[in-house]
Amino acid sequence: MYELLTGPLLWLSAAICVVGLLYRIVTYIMGLHWQLDRVAYGANPGRGLKGAALSILAWLIPFGCRNWRVKPGFMLMFFGFHIGLVAVPLFLAGHAVLLKEGLGINWPAMSMGMADALTIIMLVSACFIIGRRILLPEVRIITDFKDWMVLAITVAPFLTGFMAVHEVGESYRFWLLAHIITGEIMLVAIPFTKLFHVVGFFLSRGQLGMDFGIKRGGARKNFAW
Amino acid sequence: MPEGTVCNKKTIDTKEQLDALLADKSGKVYYEEMKSLDVNVDMLKTALKNTLRSRLKTWLEMCAHCGLCADSCFLYLVNKRDPKQVPSYKIQSTLGALVKKVQKGEEITNEFMHYCMDTAWSKCTCCNRCGSYCPYGIDMGIMFGYLRGLLFAQGFVPWELKIGSGMHRVFRAQMDVTNEDWVETCEWMEEEQQDEWPDLKIPVDKEGADIMYTVNAREPKHYPEDIAEAAILFHIAGENWTMPSTGWEQTSLSMFAGDWGACKMQVETVYEAIDRLKPKRAMGTECGHAHRATVVEGPYWVGRKNGQPPVEYIHYVQWVAEALREGKIKIDPDKRIQEPVTYQDSCNYIRNHGMADIVREIMGYMVAPGYFVEMTPNREHNYCCGGGGGFNGMGKYRPQRNVALKCKRDQILATGCKLVVSPCHNCWDAIRDLEEEYEIGIRWSFLKPLLIKMAIIPEHLKPKDE
Repeated sequence: MYELLTGPLLWLSAAICVVGLLYRIVTYIMGLHWQLDRVAYGANPGRGLKGAALSILAWLIPFGCRNWRVKPGFMLMFFGFHIGLVAVPLFLAGHAVLLKEGLGINWPAMSMGMADALTIIMLVSACFIIGRRILLPEVRIITDFKDWMVLAITVAPFLTGFMAVHEVGESYRFWLLAHIITGEIMLVAIPFTKLFHVVGFFLSRGQLGMDFGIKRGGARKNFAW
Repeated sequence: MPEGTVCNKKTIDTKEQLDALLADKSGKVYYEEMKSLDVNVDMLKTALKNTLRSRLKTWLEMCAHCGLCADSCFLYLVNKRDPKQVPSYKIQSTLGALVKKVQKGEEITNEFMHYCMDTAWSKCTCCNRCGSYCPYGIDMGIMFGYLRGLLFAQGFVPWELKIGSGMHRVFRAQMDVTNEDWVETCEWMEEEQQDEWPDLKIPVDKEGADIMYTVNAREPKHYPEDIAEAAILFHIAGENWTMPSTGWEQTSLSMFAGDWGACKMQVETVYEAIDRLKPKRAMGTECGHAHRATVVEGPYWVGRKNGQPPVEYIHYVQWVAEALREGKIKIDPDKRIQEPVTYQDSCNYIRNHGMADIVREIMGYMVAPGYFVEMTPNREHNYCCGGGGGFNGMGKYRPQRNVALKCKRDQILATGCKLVVSPCHNCWDAIRDLEEEYEIGIRWSFLKPLLIKMAIIPEHLKPKDE
């Protein structure tokens, strides 16, 4: 079971994730249209790229855009959630071992204390996300079943992984298998759900940055994101 | 009754059609007929297939439903934070639902189309503020513009905007001003000024001028003095300028209506005037949406791949800043504004065309130190005046528009100023209406009358005493 899950199924889910995301990127870019979008992408590549970069960076840097500055609480939750979400799976010592054994790559790893801290921050942030969805009327009205599913898919590998590492209860093996299965579900879900924003964020925010950079005043002034 | 006599899917292309629509006072029959107007699903399907591309699809699909857009929308704030005014909700429940219905082959009811129309024209002014507050850059203003186009093609468009787009198709102007009326108005305004400005000319159709000036049809129709003021300032500045006898109208109610065909026709007449008169630059009046239509969106409507008009086409504020900077117009320091004054940043050329610094440079010349007060928020982040995107002109949505004005009212009140500078016809109207509605005791002005009052008049331009 363990061999199957960490062998062929892991490969398959990782491949689906990567190929699916590549498909997303290619179809997004192919689907852009200078006249229908009313953005002269081709005529002004320099201004476009600059606008895209500024727009993306403003949102990736704390306090970088106006909405982070006016909503610092949300900003904290956002970074707390996403830093753990990206860094822990990539640099967990246990995952580095898998890479070493499977591909022979010496992959850098973070300390267990760090991984724990980031995971806890991520899970606490998830609680805030859940709280917002339930408590705030402006978020509740737009929240649907899919939003809950995506949140569950995202949180499950972290919760199960944390349980496994800390051997909560007696069933390490149960939590470990649950962790691998939920992790693989997440990998497969990424290209087919809103989780495709792992690339979609860069594409979509970059596109609006290009829109401002090329067409909406970028020749004069950088937009104050 | 699928197609009504006045409410139908046909565009208004003749004077007779236009008159029939105008004869239906307040659109009484029009809206009555709309209640039984059918939806042409095949047409909708084809439109979506041809025009719903990856950008809009991704926006609809990827929206994380985080609600960050809520507070960015002045209509949400001003409507007591009604969740139904959250931008994401508004677009998902209209365009989002429409796309799903078409994909799944579900019935698209007349009631649903009415809901879409009400939302597209009374719950969004296409100010594009939300786009910069969404982590993914989802710009609901752009999407509502797109939805308006789909609705227009199906005949679900507010009466005044159907008329407006028809005006553009018939007169190539947003109002029934013919080219003859226009030229006569220019001649009349030139004559009117002769006592005070003996050598003042309003040159029509002069080839190779430095500036070709275009206006908003409201000016010849209702405010001809605006044309005279523009001429006086060009006269003082010593500009070599002209106005075209055709292609003088820069606005586009068809853009508010979502009638892309009429948008193209309108802007083509302006570009043809440029080709005909070959000015070094073109320039528009103090109007926000006119600039957006002719300079920002227009090139795309007519298919110019570089996204630029045929010549450099500037906004009035750009010319004013240049004239003050270069000393073409000099201001008498004693006549500068010496009372607290604030500035209304128009969405269409501040947020959406990067001119925030330019207008502040102008205020630096025109306002005595210490008197300029910024609204909060301001510049690219300013709120819509409350009347943008056609909101000012639709009787059906007047109550909603009046609620929308409260946002600007409160912003102005917070500055403590009694004077608002507003170089945009649309904002100017909204501020006038908010004073009428809420009586907060303010005055508002375009740049032109203020500049004329404070400019130093060169000796040689003054009337000679006999």
